[in-house]
Amino acid sequence: MKKNKQTLLAVALGVAVSAAVQADQRVLNVYQWSDYVAPDTISNFEKQTGIKVIFDVYDSNEVLEAKLLSGRSGYDIVVPSNPFLAKQIKAGVYQKLDKSQLPQWDNLNKDLLRTLEVSDAGNQYSIPYMWGSIGIGYNVEKVKAALGGQEIDSWDVIFKPENIKKLHECGVAILDSPTEIIPTAMHYLGLPTDSENPEHIKQAEALLLSIRPYVTYFHSSKYISDLASGNICVAVGYSGDLYQSKSRAEEAKNKIKLAYKIPQEGAGTFFDMIAIPKDAKNVKEAHEFVNYLLAPQVMADLTNYLQFSNANDQATPLVDEVIRTDPGIYPPAELMGKLYTFADFSAKTQRLLTRSWTKIKSGK
Amino acid sequence: MKKLGNKLLGLLPKGRHAVIGVPFFWMLLFFLLPFAIIIKISFAEADIAIPPYTSLTEWADNQLTVLLNFGNYVLLSEDGLYLAAYLGSLKIAFFSTLLCLLVGYPMAYAIARSDKQMRPVWLLLVMMPTWTALLIRVYAWMGILSNNGLLNNTLMWLGIVNEPVQILNTNIAVYIGIVYAYLPFMVLPLYANLVKHDLSLLEAASDLGAKSITAFWKITLPLSKSGIIAGCMLVFIPVVGEFVIPELLGGPETLMIGKVLWQEFFNNRDWPVASSLAVIMLLLLIIPIVLFNRNQARELEGK
Repeated sequence: MKKNKQTLLAVALGVAVSAAVQADQRVLNVYQWSDYVAPDTISNFEKQTGIKVIFDVYDSNEVLEAKLLSGRSGYDIVVPSNPFLAKQIKAGVYQKLDKSQLPQWDNLNKDLLRTLEVSDAGNQYSIPYMWGSIGIGYNVEKVKAALGGQEIDSWDVIFKPENIKKLHECGVAILDSPTEIIPTAMHYLGLPTDSENPEHIKQAEALLLSIRPYVTYFHSSKYISDLASGNICVAVGYSGDLYQSKSRAEEAKNKIKLAYKIPQEGAGTFFDMIAIPKDAKNVKEAHEFVNYLLAPQVMADLTNYLQFSNANDQATPLVDEVIRTDPGIYPPAELMGKLYTFADFSAKTQRLLTRSWTKIKSGK
Repeated sequence: MKKLGNKLLGLLPKGRHAVIGVPFFWMLLFFLLPFAIIIKISFAEADIAIPPYTSLTEWADNQLTVLLNFGNYVLLSEDGLYLAAYLGSLKIAFFSTLLCLLVGYPMAYAIARSDKQMRPVWLLLVMMPTWTALLIRVYAWMGILSNNGLLNNTLMWLGIVNEPVQILNTNIAVYIGIVYAYLPFMVLPLYANLVKHDLSLLEAASDLGAKSITAFWKITLPLSKSGIIAGCMLVFIPVVGEFVIPELLGGPETLMIGKVLWQEFFNNRDWPVASSLAVIMLLLLIIPIVLFNRNQARELEGK
């Protein structure tokens, strides 16, 4: 709801701005996640091309999808995460990218592109924007005290009741996202993460129910501020958000030291993909924007600012060394091999997952 | 030209009918039509398409086929979750209404019996919070109720508790938030009723030897019945479908129909099931709404 209000406001502002734009002015309507560009990303593009960007934000894939599926969203660029993109491609929401207008296409990492074919066969409709993992962010001191000196390096900390019990005192948050957390539990159990077998979902449900009493809350963004302020000490969340939390704690100088780990068993990754809706009005401008985002320097600036990884090979040397060498953002090859992407589940499995999740959260 | 104009004007409904027609047209356009669309979607099937559900009618070979899918309603009856969520919403709405009444009645009573010149000030103070967006006020409550928040810090500073009491993300926080947000809707109709009471009735009771407490039970309370009903309806009906307050203040054990509806629509991409949930919720709410209307009608007739 909070999301919707923000979006409404943004849309209202967007309409007001677009009315003010002159008729001959080239424009581009971008619908993007909140807090997901560097301060100069948009202004530099406007300076380079003379295109006026009208920028609206959302903070959940579901809100974006509801808008796209109602038809006529009015946007030229949207940035869904990959399992959502897959569904939306099937629903016929997007148009194919014209690669002749994207001369910088070859900067993209070929291995990642191949992985992404699960959701977009032949990489016809989208390019990867940023990617990150779902791992564990924690308060170094408090966790050390609670676990008796043991470091966090495995999902055991979360999924073994005897461990998470000790952390319960200082607070544990988990993402409120059935399609990401249930596969994470399945991965821990050694089950295939894209399994649609109801038996496997039941097993993951049982595991999550066993740790349920020790989870303070399930939420997809509250942990950013709670971790930074010390309200909780462990969060299973999105890497970029947890790094943001870390920076906030450093800025607040409240002596809270946070860290992010991709556990040794591996973790799920999400890719946010740039795509052009079928009914976009400014298709040429949209391609110019996509090509702009393929430039190594632009991508490196984004990674430096957002602390999310990008999929641009040429950008890596331009990324700050602290970030480039951080295993939480640029995982070493061995860990990289243990990462997996979240599947695009069938409607039936989706319903099972949501139902399971309600049971895990409310016991009903 | 003038004649034609007059003729056209003659076609328009005249006087009384036009006046009654406007609200009816309004209801038709903004209530009945959207509701008809929701009923239509509730009989469709979810689909991966724009829009994400199947069409009910098909025109082929000069034949019109209408396909009604009752599967969504069957699904709702098969899983206990939906019933539990409806009951959860009704329970929270019932107790919040009761709490609003218990807090609101003395407030309305005190305002109605206060100095005439002060009444607008008190009423203004009751209404003032609603001038700020609900969302901001709920966020303020999050700040007050959290473990590191104002309330817990004060309690700990006073030495009443040693550890923060978990209030935020529990049903208690939901009740606090709802009672706070809906209190004006209880106080205002009660005040409107109480202020009209003829005080000479109370004087007569006192002359006949009734204590003031007896007079309250025998005269004031029965006379304010319609105000109580109006206030309770204005709180109960919207609270059943409340989404924002339980979402922000509630915890995982808070199961309400608004949240389940959100999940069906957004997580499951199942607009038809979400629509059937909404249809049933409306049917459930029609009972108190009808009671409310009957009471209003009686009030207008002066009975």
